[in-house]
This record gives sequence, structure tokens and C-alpha cells, in this order.
Amino acid sequence: MSTGKAAVEKGPTLSTLPGDDVRQIMWRFAERYDLQMLVQSARAVARGPVARLVADGARNTHEWTPEKAALLNAFDEAGITAVFLEPEHGGFIEGPKNLALALAALELAWVDGGAATGAMAGHLGLAPIHEKGTPEQSELYMKRSAPVQPGEKREQWRGAFALTEPIPYVGVDTGVLNGKVTVKEWKGGEEPILHVEKRGRFITNMAFANFVAAAVDTGDERIKSSCMVILEEGDPGTYDRGTPTKKLVHQLSSTNDPIFSLDVPASRIIGGYTIKDGVIVPNYSHGEIIDSVFKRTRVTVGLMTAAKLLSAVEPVIRYQRGRFRGGESDQPGTPRHDLGLQQKEDALHRLVDIWATGEAGASLGFWAARVFDELDPMDHRRPEIFAKYDIPEGRRALRAMAEWTERAVEYVRLAAKPAADRDQARFQELEGNELVQYLVTDALANVLCPAVKLWNTGHGANMMREAVSLMGGYGITEDCPGFLPQKWMDAQLEATYEGPEAVQRRQLSVTMTNAIFLAQFEEWIREMRRVAGMRPGSGACTLASAMELWLWTLRHLLEAKDAAGNPLYKGHRQGVTFPLADALCWLLASRSQITDMIELEERGPQNPSLSEGLAGFLRFFTDLCHVQAASAAGEVSRVCSSLVFGYNAHPSWKTDAGNVYDARELVVLENVMPGLCSCAVDALDEDLGAPLKRGPCVRFDGYEPFNLRRGKLDGCLTGSRLAKDNAARMLTEVMIPESLDYPQ
Amino acid sequence: MTSGFHIVVCGSLVPDPLQTLEPVQGPGGPGLKNEMMLPSVLDPWAAHALYEAAHLAKQTPDSRVWLVSLGPKARLQQLMMSIAQKAAFQLVAVDGSASGFTDCYDVAAVLAEAIEGIEGLDRSRLLLFGGRSSASRDAGVTMQMVGERLGISEQFLAVDKLEARSDGSLRVLERVEGGRYLASVCDGPPLVCAWSTGELPEPPNNPQIGMQNMRAIMPALQKARTVQVGAAGTDYRSVEVPRQRRDTRVVKMRRSTKSPARSSSGSGAEHGESPLPSTHTRRRHVTQSGPGSLDRRSPGLGGGERWEL
Repeated sequence: MSTGKAAVEKGPTLSTLPGDDVRQIMWRFAERYDLQMLVQSARAVARGPVARLVADGARNTHEWTPEKAALLNAFDEAGITAVFLEPEHGGFIEGPKNLALALAALELAWVDGGAATGAMAGHLGLAPIHEKGTPEQSELYMKRSAPVQPGEKREQWRGAFALTEPIPYVGVDTGVLNGKVTVKEWKGGEEPILHVEKRGRFITNMAFANFVAAAVDTGDERIKSSCMVILEEGDPGTYDRGTPTKKLVHQLSSTNDPIFSLDVPASRIIGGYTIKDGVIVPNYSHGEIIDSVFKRTRVTVGLMTAAKLLSAVEPVIRYQRGRFRGGESDQPGTPRHDLGLQQKEDALHRLVDIWATGEAGASLGFWAARVFDELDPMDHRRPEIFAKYDIPEGRRALRAMAEWTERAVEYVRLAAKPAADRDQARFQELEGNELVQYLVTDALANVLCPAVKLWNTGHGANMMREAVSLMGGYGITEDCPGFLPQKWMDAQLEATYEGPEAVQRRQLSVTMTNAIFLAQFEEWIREMRRVAGMRPGSGACTLASAMELWLWTLRHLLEAKDAAGNPLYKGHRQGVTFPLADALCWLLASRSQITDMIELEERGPQNPSLSEGLAGFLRFFTDLCHVQAASAAGEVSRVCSSLVFGYNAHPSWKTDAGNVYDARELVVLENVMPGLCSCAVDALDEDLGAPLKRGPCVRFDGYEPFNLRRGKLDGCLTGSRLAKDNAARMLTEVMIPESLDYPQ
Repeated sequence: MTSGFHIVVCGSLVPDPLQTLEPVQGPGGPGLKNEMMLPSVLDPWAAHALYEAAHLAKQTPDSRVWLVSLGPKARLQQLMMSIAQKAAFQLVAVDGSASGFTDCYDVAAVLAEAIEGIEGLDRSRLLLFGGRSSASRDAGVTMQMVGERLGISEQFLAVDKLEARSDGSLRVLERVEGGRYLASVCDGPPLVCAWSTGELPEPPNNPQIGMQNMRAIMPALQKARTVQVGAAGTDYRSVEVPRQRRDTRVVKMRRSTKSPARSSSGSGAEHGESPLPSTHTRRRHVTQSGPGSLDRRSPGLGGGERWEL
């Protein structure tokens, strides 16, 4: 096969598409056999029954058909249903399961996002019980939800999560609920009976769910607050599954608009309750529960979109190479036959961008999943940890936390230093402090979760459109290889459910100003400089410069005011906070991609299977990192410049003309200091008339630090296009399978 | 039968057949381009043997299953992440080449030695399973040689069904030419079964079975003996990968009322097939006695005609 025409340096090249050996190292589960098996298991379901359903047109109906229902059995048999469960409840994975769920979601979404959603929705139904349920509730519903084992005689239950209501209620603002819980009957000395009225919208799994975790507000003065309640199919009253939602996407998951009017015992309040002065006080409001649930489950959604991008690479390459084969003028052995559209630089460059985005999204998602795996044990012990250090709950905790925040920042600084250069005793003291560890991990998790959900799905959907466009006319047909158009549309839903983009931006705008997170961010800038010193082609220096620019901009905006004297960085000024949140996501994604590449570089040589192709993988991934870092730098640069200058009033000839030279002054000054005229940007003419433009050009007094960083960042893009050329060349050389391993 | 079978399955990895398989001449001899980087699957014929073994062991109390695999250790480990979920077995790993260019004689010797070293293996209860051939080579001789080395002369090739009967005998269906089966009855183990596709579907992955298997699989991989089974001294004049598509032509035939036997398609099921032609001869087992004394028959469409060979 001939090579591409780009004039780039030769060297190791990408031999094959990255396989399991590579991914296990990059995504940090090379030592986790349970997860490796889960990946194989989920893949077999995705590329078998799921792919066959899509190929047979099962997505063309809104109804929950027997063929779609058969997927549930496939999930059960493959262990996907049990991933969420603890071993004592029928699961097989010990400990936190965020990474496990993320991997399963990625494998399923590689073929179909709806199948992935269907599998994950069962976990979502159980999640409120898992996070905040009483021990009795956990025991009951987890065991009921475990797949039936040979010899067991019981019905397997499946759950749903009912938060969203018809417009105008729960949507972006999850705090407003129309569903109500009241006391129906409360006999002295007996457990109260509650009445629940709830209408749901877009409720996944509703066609078959046996129980529902429903969010309801209090509609009775004898119930203190909102809560989540478990509703069962056999409860007295109405358990109407409702009509299927006519969604255009994710048709392999069941989504209905149900109606519930049921009487349930108060013991169904998730997390339990206490009775105080004749009032039922739920231990957890619905807001507390969904916060703890969504901050985990949103990560898997982000990975579903990343899977789509990565899965697009092989079909697009195959399409590009075979584009002209079979034509009359086609001759095997010619570049036209071997490379097809890959002779064209644009086709290759766009595919490089898609692949780089997919890599960055996956890296970001798996980073977040690992952080949540670290956080989970601490988060479940949070009340104990807070009690141990006398931290009160609620608003009073903020004041008590200030002192601990300083210690957490101190720990972050110490952790970033080499052991020889730091106060080791102090470091160990802080490292052994549970509260410090909790605060550091929580601060990071609170940024990563919305970042994954926002960037992976939002930008991912845009890049899926690029992938579709690379398939030409095929891209808008049902039989497009790799189901790319279906994935493009699915990506839009993934950007919407479990909190649309606005929700994620709003959360980020709060959490990204956390001092502990910003301390970590500063250390990452130093880290990226070090990386750049050792791996100059990775784009780490570009990224570090972009991170510096973003950080300077954030600190500037926190203090700055607009032309009218109003503060800029405030909750309601989403024109300021949201773009800055978007820009941060680009940086986080790029950093995680670079760290994954480093992991492969460091640990790859330990795997003999990789000895043949490791150099090529590293070279390719390094170039992809550079490409993505340059894209991130461009976004950050654009956003920061527009925010720093965009809220200032432009100088006008009326108010600022006094600062402008006139032509006669310049003549005099030129005689004194030859060449000075060339420095004058604006000048009035001899009649003191202003040039025909809006006003004098903007002066940068006070903005020198920004301009310095911005100018440096522009220079840091040096080499990024060469990296793209190099990656593009490797796309022409990589060996791909003869055909896709799932039906079309 | 008072005790179960000791079933040893020989099987290893082959490149995923969907991958681009391009023979190349490397410094160490012939191989496939990027062979180490290509995803692997369990050799399909051997996989059927493993599924049949697991099924038989499940039906027969006190049975055990071993999978003896010769292949690069790191890649065997990767393969186990999938295979270990499909059936319960103990792995006996041997670290060496699984290339399609290795010599079958050497491979058979290594496998036989590995089987002889299995602790607790009762050779009198041994059913030696494997594939009828390997997808990476298709020589179809390895299992016979392993059997001979272990002294097992009752050998059945291209098997699609093995039935353990209540009297302890084993009934075996072997594919023969013309899409027909040769039915044999064997008094009992030991015997060699080189499987065709069998009758069982691929079991779904079950991570819980996998987790149980992995407790023993990882130690087995760690202590895998390293062997050399290359193709040293062998000169390959030409190498071709199998054609990817068969030129299959579907011809519909009208069933004759006068001669129903001739109209059967012989597509692989025992029932509904024509009897073996009288000219059909068997080279194997005919003169054997003892546990291998055979009761062979091939029931025709017309009513279970018996054939004594």
C-alpha cells in the first residue's frame, strides 16, 4: 500500500486499531480481571443481539416489542444487570462500580445508545436506594433485582427512576416538583399510609418496571419535605405505565409517560424518616438523593457519546478506502484503489479530529469514573467523617469547612512536590486525614462529573455530525455502516437527559471556583510543563499555556466589572460563566488524554503482546494529543478573549479622542523621535477629523498579563498542524479488519 | 457409571477471522502481518469441543474439565477474559507460539506432555477433546497424534455428537462424506473426540463463572512452561489464506415420491438421512476389540437400517 502524500517524518506507524491490551492500560483496568470480563461480556451482547436488532429495524418503533424485551435477558445472562449489585445481593464486582458501569456503557453504546441506556436505567432505578436507602430497602430491592439463578424460584424485578414531569414542572430545575405525597391514613402507634400522586415524562424502563423510585414534594403539612418514594406495581391505586414517548432516538430503551396514584406505607420513603412533633421528617429530601445519584450516573452518559466517536473510526476508514473500488477505471495496486478518499487531506484531517475527540472524551470519562470510585467509600461515610471532625451539616458546614479547605489546599501543594522537596511528615499527616482526602476528591469529582456530561455529549454530538458527513450519502441512510446517523441523533439525547447542558454549565460555574479544585488545576499546569519537557510532541506545553490563560481569565472575571459597573462572574450572568465552563471542559479532556497516553508509554512495555506495535501506538496517540490540545487551546483562546474584552465599552471618538494624536503632533514628534509615527495606531487628520471607524482602537493598559499569555499561547500552537499531518498519514497506513464485527 | 469423566480439551487461540490476515515472511519465519496485535478468538473447532465438554460435565456428576492451551502467555490471558466466562474449566497453559506455521508434530508432543502432567487426571476416565482441525492451519492431524502419544487408540474425527448412555457406553456421531453421519458406540473412556461444530450454541458470557474460573486461571498462566514449537527447518514455498467467500449455489430440488432417500439434503442431522452406501469403508476401528468394540449404524430415512462394519 502506498502512503499519503503529506511531507512528514517517517517512523513507527499505527499498525492496527487499538485493541483491548491498549485500552486496558490507558483506561487503568489492566489489573482488573472482573472488569476485563465485563467488557468482553458487554461487547458480545452489543455486537450480537443489540446489533442484530438495530440492523433489523427495531429502532423504527416507539413501542416496547418482545424483540426489544429479549435484550433484558441478554443483559441478565451477560452479567450486565448484576454489575450494579454488591456480591451479597447477587453481583460479582466488589467495591465501587463507577468504572465498571462506565465500561459496560461504552461497550453497549459502541453499537447502540438506547441499549446502553436501557441497561443503565435499571441501575438508575436502584441508585437512590443504593445511595441513600435504608439497609432494609437495600436488602429487599437489590436482591429482587438480581437475575434469577438456576434453581431459584422467584420473579426478577426491574426498576425505573421517575423524576421528570410534564412541562412546566421538573426539567432543568429539578427543585420544582408537581408530584405530591400526602398522608392518607395515620392510626396511632401504626405506620402512616401515604398517598402518592405523580405524573412522569420520559421515564425509562417504564414499559416493564416492577417498581419506581419517584421524586415527590410534600403536599401535606404532616410531611416535612420532599422525598423519594418507592412505588410498586401491586400497590393499591393506579400504576399506569402510560404511553410510549415518541422519541426519535434510543428506541431500544423503553420510555413512557406514566401516571401513578398509589397508597404506600411510609417505610417506602427512601432513606427512612423520623417523626417529630407529629410530622413525618424524611431523612433525605429528593434533592439530596438525586444529587448523589446523578453525580455518578452522568459520567456513564458522557462515555456513551465518546463510544460513538471511537466506533466511527473503523467504518469511516473502510468507506474512505473503498470509495472508488469497483469502478471501471479502478486498478488494484493504484493509490486510487488502495486509499480511495484517503488520498485527500481534508478527509483525513477531519477523521483525525473525530478520533482525537473520541479519545479525549473517553479519557475524561474514565478519569471521572475512577475518581468516583475513590470518592464512593468516603462519600458513603461522609456523615461519620463530618461528625469525627465536628463539621455540622447544612449551611453552617461552610464556615466550619474554611479551615479544612486551607489544609486540603496545602495537601494538594505538598502532593505535587517530589518527596525529597516537601515536609514529608506534614504530607503524611494530611494524607492520613479522611476529611482532607474527602474534600480534595469531592472538589475534583464535582467538576469532572458535569464536565464529562457537558463536553462529551455536547461537543461529541457536533463531532458525530462530522463523522456522518464523512460517509457521504451513506451517512443519512439506515444502512450506513456502524449505524452512524442513528448515533448522531442519539448523541443529542445524551446531551439532554440526566440534566441538559445548561444544568451542567451551571454546576460547573459554581464548582470550578472551589479553591481546592483551583489548587489542583494550578499543579496540573506545572505537571503539563514537565510532561512537555519529556514529551515535546504531545501538546502538553500548548495545553499548559491554555490552562494559564483560562486561570488568569477566571481570576480576572471574578473581580472584573462590565462597562456599566456590574460584576461579571455572578450566577445569573450565564454569558460569562457558561462559556468559561465550556472552555474548562476542553482543558480537562485534553489533560486526561495526555495522561492516558503517558500511562500507555510507561506500562505498555510490560505487556509482551504490545511489543510489536507499541511504538506506533505511542506515536499516533502523541500526535492525537497534540491535535486535541491545539483544538482546546483555540477554544480557550477564543472564549477568554471574548470574555475579557467583550464586556468593556469600545472607545469612542466623542469620549476618547483626547487620547489620540493629531496629524500635526505626529509630524513634530517624528522630528524628535524618528519612526514614532509608525507606533500611533490612531490619528486625527489635520482638521481634527476622526478616521472612518467605530472609535479609537482599544488600548490594553492593565491587560498586559492577558496579552502576554494569549500571545504565548498562539506561539504554542507551533507544530500542531504537523502533528495532524503525521496522524493523518498514519490513518492511511493502519490495517483495519476485513469487515465490521457487527451487522449493518 | 459411578464416576464422571475427566475431559481434557486441547484448544488455543487463532486470529479473529474478521481481521485482515496477510501472510508475511518475518525474521523468525513465516507469520501474519501484525500477528501479535490482532485480536484473537478461541479456535472455533476447539471452542465447540470446550462447550460440549462443559455441557457433558454438567450432565455427568463428578466430572472435571481441563483446557490445555499452547499459546503466547499474555495473549492467552486476554483470551481467557472471554472464554473463562463461557464454561467452568481448569486451565493448563503452555507458553509458546500459536502460529499457524508451527509444526503439528511438535505441538502434539507438547500437548501430550502437558496432559500427562495434569495432577489428579484419571486416564481411565479420560475423554480427550479438541477441534477436528485448527482454523489457523486446517491440517487436521494434531488430535490424532496427541491421542497416539497418550496411548488412546479409540479416535473419532469430525464429531458432532457424543452421548453418554446410562450403561456407561458412549455413542458418537462423526461426519462422513456426503453430509452424513457415522454412528459409533464405544464401551467407555478413554477416547479421542476431534469435534466439528457439535450441537450446542456458544454459551453467553457469564462473568460470575468467569470470576470463579479466574482464581485458578491466573496461577496457571503464571506457572506456564515455555516451549519452542516453531517451524524451524520448514520451508514454506507458498502460503495462502482461505478464501473469504464460498461460491455457494442454492438449488431447490423437487422431492421424488418414488425415491425419498435420494431427495434428502444431508445437511447434518442424523435423522432423515440416507443410509451409507455399501461401498463406504472405514479404515479405523474395524478390527478393534475391547472397550472399542463398535456397534455402528446409520439409520436411514426408511427405518433405522443397521450397518455392521
